[in-house]
Amino acid sequence: MSDTFLKRNPSTLVFLAVLALFVLGVTLLADGAGAGVISTSFVKTLGKTLCLALVALAMDLVWGYTGILSLGHFAFFGLGGYMIGMWLMYARTQAIVVSSLSEAPIPATESEIVDAIGNQIFGVVGSSEFPLVWMFADSLLMQLVLVVAVPGLLALVFGWLAFRSRVTGVYLSILTQAMTLGLALYLFQNDSGLRGNNGLSGLQNLPGLDHVPQATLSIWFFWASGLALALGYLFAAWIVSGKFGSVLRGIRDNEARVRFLGYSVEGYKLFIFTVTAIIAGIAGALYYPQAGIINPAEIAPVASIYLAVWVAIGGRGRLYGAVIGAVFVSLVSSWFTGGQAPDVNLGFYTLKWVDWWLIVLGLSFVLVTLFAPRGIGGLVDLWSDRRQPDRHGADLGPGVGALREKEAEQ
Amino acid sequence: MRTTLLAGLLVLLSSLAALSQQAQTPLANPGTADPSPMQAVLQEQGALILKSSRKTISPAIAALADSGLPEAQAVLEAWQVKALWMRISDGMFFRGEKLDSKNYRLFDFDTGQAVGDVAKSDLKQIKPNSGIRALIATALVQFQLSDPDPARRADALLAIERAPGADLLAPLRASIEGEVDPVLQARKRRIAQLLTIAYDSDVPRRVATIEQMSGDLGLDLRGTLNPLVTTGLQAFAGQIPEGLNVARRVEPGAGALSQDAAYDILVAAKLAPARLSSDEIRTTLAAHIEGGRVGGVPLAQLNKEDARTRAYAALVKAGQAPALVSAAQISARLNAHVFAEIYDEPSAVMTHAAQAALKTIATQVAVGQAVDLTLDALSLASIYFLAAIGLAITFGVMGVINMAHGEFIMMGAYTGYVVQQVIPNHTVSILVAVPLAFAVTFAAGVAMERLVIRWLYNRPLETLLATFGISIALQQLAKNIFGTQARPLTAPGWLDGAWIINDVVSISYIRIAIFMLALIFLGVFLFIMRRTRLGLETRAVTQNRGMAASMGINPERVNMLTFGLGSGIAGIAGVAIGLFAKVTSELGSDYIVQSFMTVVVGGVGNIWGTLAGATMIGFFQKGVEWLNPSNTLAAQTYMIVFIIVFIQFRPRGIIALKGRAAGD
Repeated sequence: MSDTFLKRNPSTLVFLAVLALFVLGVTLLADGAGAGVISTSFVKTLGKTLCLALVALAMDLVWGYTGILSLGHFAFFGLGGYMIGMWLMYARTQAIVVSSLSEAPIPATESEIVDAIGNQIFGVVGSSEFPLVWMFADSLLMQLVLVVAVPGLLALVFGWLAFRSRVTGVYLSILTQAMTLGLALYLFQNDSGLRGNNGLSGLQNLPGLDHVPQATLSIWFFWASGLALALGYLFAAWIVSGKFGSVLRGIRDNEARVRFLGYSVEGYKLFIFTVTAIIAGIAGALYYPQAGIINPAEIAPVASIYLAVWVAIGGRGRLYGAVIGAVFVSLVSSWFTGGQAPDVNLGFYTLKWVDWWLIVLGLSFVLVTLFAPRGIGGLVDLWSDRRQPDRHGADLGPGVGALREKEAEQ
Repeated sequence: MRTTLLAGLLVLLSSLAALSQQAQTPLANPGTADPSPMQAVLQEQGALILKSSRKTISPAIAALADSGLPEAQAVLEAWQVKALWMRISDGMFFRGEKLDSKNYRLFDFDTGQAVGDVAKSDLKQIKPNSGIRALIATALVQFQLSDPDPARRADALLAIERAPGADLLAPLRASIEGEVDPVLQARKRRIAQLLTIAYDSDVPRRVATIEQMSGDLGLDLRGTLNPLVTTGLQAFAGQIPEGLNVARRVEPGAGALSQDAAYDILVAAKLAPARLSSDEIRTTLAAHIEGGRVGGVPLAQLNKEDARTRAYAALVKAGQAPALVSAAQISARLNAHVFAEIYDEPSAVMTHAAQAALKTIATQVAVGQAVDLTLDALSLASIYFLAAIGLAITFGVMGVINMAHGEFIMMGAYTGYVVQQVIPNHTVSILVAVPLAFAVTFAAGVAMERLVIRWLYNRPLETLLATFGISIALQQLAKNIFGTQARPLTAPGWLDGAWIINDVVSISYIRIAIFMLALIFLGVFLFIMRRTRLGLETRAVTQNRGMAASMGINPERVNMLTFGLGSGIAGIAGVAIGLFAKVTSELGSDYIVQSFMTVVVGGVGNIWGTLAGATMIGFFQKGVEWLNPSNTLAAQTYMIVFIIVFIQFRPRGIIALKGRAAGD
């Protein structure tokens, strides 16, 4: 089964090989394990980029393959980060509190320890009580379950409500954007129980692993991110390769026809929406321990739109396109905005990339949408000399079978 | 003559022994001191004035104020500003004016004439401390209340309002009849009423005044009434003593008062022994560690609550620690006591009247607030309407979501700002800015439509993303040009202030102006759509693009013009929004999601839908804010949840297009 699956999808093998080579190369060059050419912070950046690639993969499944332009997947990503962040913060604070209380003459009771942890964590928002959402924060296992369950459930409920009332197209995009904004605004409140705009911090320190240097930790997380991306890619490739994938593409290209053929369009959409939300949650749970801090600003609607931008630039409708887009745009962005790019002196004006990068990104995004709807991934077609059938009218969708402009206007 | 002598003696006795010889001067030279009445009073009170102590000064001030002399006010005023001087040579009081650092010119109070220039060393300045100055100010009020200058009378009233007091009531009442200015007279009456309620000793009169004023919405009245109904929770052993004004009895453990809180009251009133907190128990335990054990319990086991209890009990048994208060003891104590809320105001008649008046006021305030809330919601709705109308046009006609719409709003606001830099007159600049903002954003919209959007028809999702690209580019461009700090867009002077109906209901003129602007837009839009060629063609293209094209309408041109129109309206909305919000590069993105919501809720392709959507969202948001005023973020969250649920019932908005035009 797996054999034939990989045979049918040679690109998956190529991708996995490239990813393995990349992970191996970075490991050998990194501070923590090898030559020390790549600094710890850059290893973290690369690890984070792999997580972004994973969430871009989810976005590609839901948008590139199913045609649902969700502007909420970065919210699921953030939720995953919050879920793991709660355990990280709780466990680490617990370690600190226990060690400081152990100096007291009378050993502390459990409730005293919990109270002290609450004081430590919620002092910044003027509270010391643990809100209900922290119920399972002391258990890693439960929080790992929540990493999957919370984004999944939210996506399930939201998707069920949205799809059953046949909200499609831009309406759905706006609705998902509203959901993201609502979630972000909710988390911004101090009484949301997640420390308001302070967010959760100190996530880079793994409890119980204080003796392990960050250089090593960063490599571990890098591996974990690479593994998650590889598994996610395999899973995504498996989903889109079979009949299920065909139905998804059918929904993207003409939802009404698929429905008339007897498929339960809502069920398919709900499934893919929920599954990708879970993938996003997992990606977030790997991303934020590397970032070290999560706050509600991370899940502002604009982040989800950027996610769509990455997928579009990379080339939607092909899995490696999403990965290429996320890696390329986020790395180039951090290069330009990090101040490493040299300023351009035009004589009358010095072009500072920190100021102008967003303009370049915005405009190049417009250009990609207009002139290269297949994105960077489309270059692969040139290289593999794959011809598109010459059908009249401009492309409407990313796939070869997508509805043509001429057809659409009927 | 005799009084002068007496006064001179008093001065001599009280403080200035060194001056004893010179104190004879008025005696020795009676001709110069033909004492005028004011000076006489001053001399009478000289000792107290010189002592200058807050505790003893009152009779002196009262004597001056009640002397009935017209000069009393001048004396008190001079005293208050530390311009009252005593000539050491003879103990006479004068008003001093500084000539230079050494010399002062003295003025007689009775005649107002300059008496002469005297060296500072020969004078003593009377320096009242702040407490005395406050007393003087109070005494002065009665003079100021009947001062010929209306501004000073108004000042005096303001002073009374700031620092009301029982002793101000009589002079205030006395000054009402003689007041010539009707406005000031009304104010005096009102303040006198408030002072009556607060300080009069005559209870029936106070009650009558309360009943008379009941229904008044003024904050000052509520400020006067509220202290009358404040209560304190008290505990009594056995029965509540007679003579207390009881608001209500409270049962501990039932309703608002918990058992713990009730016991804490007993502890605070020293009616019961304090309970030990867990911290105190721990400290006690820590103080009695003996050989790794406390009360026979090993230390390592003390991380459990019951082990601690055992250890502490052992300590109590050994007499090393005070006994804990048991639950049975607590409930016994609570049963032995009666808890009641006692009014601070002793008179039950007063508290009843005040309660009744406050209740009446509360009802009226609630009505007022409802009206105020409605006005607020209307104004918010008109802002959303302005922001969303352009979006609704483009979405309805072309099926295009323009993510850069917010940036067009921002562009309009910045246009207004730039115009104000060139034209300093605010009124003119706004009149110029509105058409200019329309022109600028119209051009930008048309350019965007020609360059980008028309290539992406039938690909709405990609249009959304492409316009998002334009949006981030425009936003960053604005940041590069204007910087990140907020730029002011100042409203003309005649838009400052608010239309105040009463203390509860008020609405600022800017909001009224925006409301009017929204109405104008509604009218203009309806006119364009129903009475012009462009409107006809637009409606045709909205309903069936292909059919319209075959009837000779150029859909491309219609699209271009509608897009320009929608963008232009966004520009004007930007000027309007900029008048009350800060103009930053993020101005547009603050409104864009709400605008989308408005369009989605309202439905596309129909101006009434947008209007309904804006109204609904505006009212809902204000309603939630009213229910939870401390948290506007929550209001937005609830609003979004509400919209998601609303979409369940009307997926295409309040007013949906029907038939083929609705698309799928």
